[in-house]
Amino acid sequence: MSVDVEKKNVDPNWEPKILSFSCNWCTYAGADLAGLNRMKYPENVRVIRVPCSGRVNPQFVLRAFQKGSDGVLVCGCHPGDCHYVTGNYFTRRRFLLMQRFLEYNGIDPRRFQARWISGAEAGKFRDTVTKVSNDIKALGPNKKFQESWYKERGESNE
Amino acid sequence: MSRTGVFICHCGTNIAAVVDIAKVVEKAKSMPNVVYVEDNKYTCSEPGQQAIKDAIVKHKLDRIVIGSCSPRMHEPTFRKMLASTEINPYMLEIANLREQCSWVHTDREKATDKAIDLVRMAVAKVAKNHALFTSSIPVTKRALVVGGGIAGIQAALDIADAGYPVTLVEREPSLGGKMVMLDKTFPTMDCSACICTPKMVDAGQHPNITVMTSCEVEKVSGYIGNFEVTIRQKATYVDHSVCTGCGICELKCPSKVTSEFEQGMAQRRAIYKPFPQAVPAKPVIDAANCRKLNGKAKCGICQTQCPQGCINFEDEDKLITNTYGAIVIATGYELIDWKSIYGEYGGGQYPDVINGLQFERLVNASGPTEGHILRPSDGKEPKSVVIVKCVGSRDPNKGKGYCSRACCMYAAKHAHQVLEKIDNAQCYVFYIDVRTAGKAYEEFYTRTLEDGAIYVRGRVSKIYEEDGKLICKGEDTLSGQTVSVAADMVVLETAMVPAAGVEKVATLMTISRDNDNWLQEAHPKLRPVETHTAGVFLAGVCQGPKDIPDTVAQASASAAKVCGIFSKAELQTNPMISKVDIEKCSGCGDCAGICPYKAISMQDMEFIEHGKKITRRVSTVNSGLCQGCGACVAGCRPGAIDLLGFTNAQILEEVDALCL
Repeated sequence: MSVDVEKKNVDPNWEPKILSFSCNWCTYAGADLAGLNRMKYPENVRVIRVPCSGRVNPQFVLRAFQKGSDGVLVCGCHPGDCHYVTGNYFTRRRFLLMQRFLEYNGIDPRRFQARWISGAEAGKFRDTVTKVSNDIKALGPNKKFQESWYKERGESNE
Repeated sequence: MSRTGVFICHCGTNIAAVVDIAKVVEKAKSMPNVVYVEDNKYTCSEPGQQAIKDAIVKHKLDRIVIGSCSPRMHEPTFRKMLASTEINPYMLEIANLREQCSWVHTDREKATDKAIDLVRMAVAKVAKNHALFTSSIPVTKRALVVGGGIAGIQAALDIADAGYPVTLVEREPSLGGKMVMLDKTFPTMDCSACICTPKMVDAGQHPNITVMTSCEVEKVSGYIGNFEVTIRQKATYVDHSVCTGCGICELKCPSKVTSEFEQGMAQRRAIYKPFPQAVPAKPVIDAANCRKLNGKAKCGICQTQCPQGCINFEDEDKLITNTYGAIVIATGYELIDWKSIYGEYGGGQYPDVINGLQFERLVNASGPTEGHILRPSDGKEPKSVVIVKCVGSRDPNKGKGYCSRACCMYAAKHAHQVLEKIDNAQCYVFYIDVRTAGKAYEEFYTRTLEDGAIYVRGRVSKIYEEDGKLICKGEDTLSGQTVSVAADMVVLETAMVPAAGVEKVATLMTISRDNDNWLQEAHPKLRPVETHTAGVFLAGVCQGPKDIPDTVAQASASAAKVCGIFSKAELQTNPMISKVDIEKCSGCGDCAGICPYKAISMQDMEFIEHGKKITRRVSTVNSGLCQGCGACVAGCRPGAIDLLGFTNAQILEEVDALCL
């Protein structure tokens, strides 16, 4: 297991930035339902709506880490329930590769997760984002891949 | 430089109670490209929409961000509003400040920060939006129904009654499918032919329905609203436009052939109508068995006897092409070939071990025995009948894993008929479970028990002949004892399997099949009659085993879907689809493999490179087929494909804006 934590000097009020790619048909609907049911979850998760989890380009994930995200969550329909038939199967394969690639590069796999949440699973959405948020909070800020990290240390580090 | 207008909605107090709207407005003013910010009590209301329209004119806005409820709620509303302005409806982004912010958070400060982030993401994304245009595709208001069983007939009648022309294609010489072979229908014991044949006649005589029997779909191209379908009209050697259906030819024909309709228990001629009530009520020649056509003899008696002169031995297959706006598939089922897999039941060597459909013909008044239940071997009345359920169903080792759904009920019906028609008969039913979910079904089953049917819970392990009796050995799993019943006749209630040739139909229309080859509906619960190919619908057993009421209901449902398409003069295509940059495309074809809708095809195109003309293979997207999932975009190695409305640039802007 790689260790990417630089926990020293972390501000106790520090809030992670977590980005969630959610497919329009299942997870985004589930997130809306969580709202409708007035469920509560941490504010530090921001959702980006995509038509299908299969739309999530690995480039988006890398960019998120590069620009300062502390965690990325990809959510889609349950396997077999994809609105677009097979999209989430591609997500699943891509995700596994991506997670291993990130781990190889020193990013804790807990920072990049995928979950299947249907449009009816508002509770699962709440529980998932709460757990991911807590996990990442415990991990502390991400430093790997980040532009700011290199900038702070000057060009010689690039 | 774009000019973005931001409109923040209070949604009464839904958003305003948790989010500090004034602060969001203040922050939004300093976001890039934002030239105007306004908040509103109810943005979706008439005055709210008018305020946006006014601001568009007054501040020369060219794109809009609305911070309000979920885009799943009001995106269509605001797009519609923008359609009446100078701005393209797709120059709109919505920040979800209600369902994903104010309703799920309580901390005012943090919720406000999140709201600002969400607005910033939307502002960043909208800067990369492009005007998109829905194109309209004309709809050919003519439907094709494939399969002339009860499902196809019902769908065709419903569509035709709504006023649209329908072509009903059936590969056999008559409409009717399996239902017309049945004797009685559970649980009401209506005579099946009495309720099915009038429907066949209705379809045959309906001014809006063209019945094409002895026809098969050969080729399908195009997309919803405009399917170009080639149908093969198989040679029938009888000119149906002249034939009166008098039947003299049938009487004179010397070739006798086993009747498919009578399940091999009677004979027909080589020139034949499958059954007396056939629609169309005109004969066809079975070329393989006709002495003249197969070259075994000179014959030609039918031709000399026909008073109308409609026999034409030179007849050939014809290909007929037409355009259809929608297709209903109702190809139905057949029974599993139990003889090849159940050697323990004799594998077909005992003539008195029959399947359910054969029993239906035996018990039918117009069947080979005129409704008397007689053993096929010696024509004697069986006094002891064993019915074995789940032959091939619920048996993943030898047959199929699924339950065929109708068998429990028709087994009860068969038991009832045996006990009703044969004096002092005994009827044993071997079962795994009795499944009678349906209106008045359980009552019917109970009645059969009261009739005296003996239900034994267990599978039959072996059937063999001994002293003229069929010995059925099995286990009564309730008592744990082996049982052995000496029967005069055994009826195997065999599994339904998709009709032969369904693979071809599925491939032609790019419909997926499940592991058992049943056609796959778009969603098992919410889109049970649609397929993933827009404009193609499913009716009846081709989608999965079901009984007649469910089949008819599904047929009417698919007809309603077809009529929904035909109610519009033109179909609007979703403009948020994939687009290929042919300059970047390397022609690898990965996208075509990824696309679940077969919307991407590879095409050879000519390019000028270094002053030379070259031909390169590039991918193209069919806008009628693409559904906009974006799977191809993420899979494209050179990054040549992008998804309009969710472009890489748009999403990356969102990511950047969030991480600021």
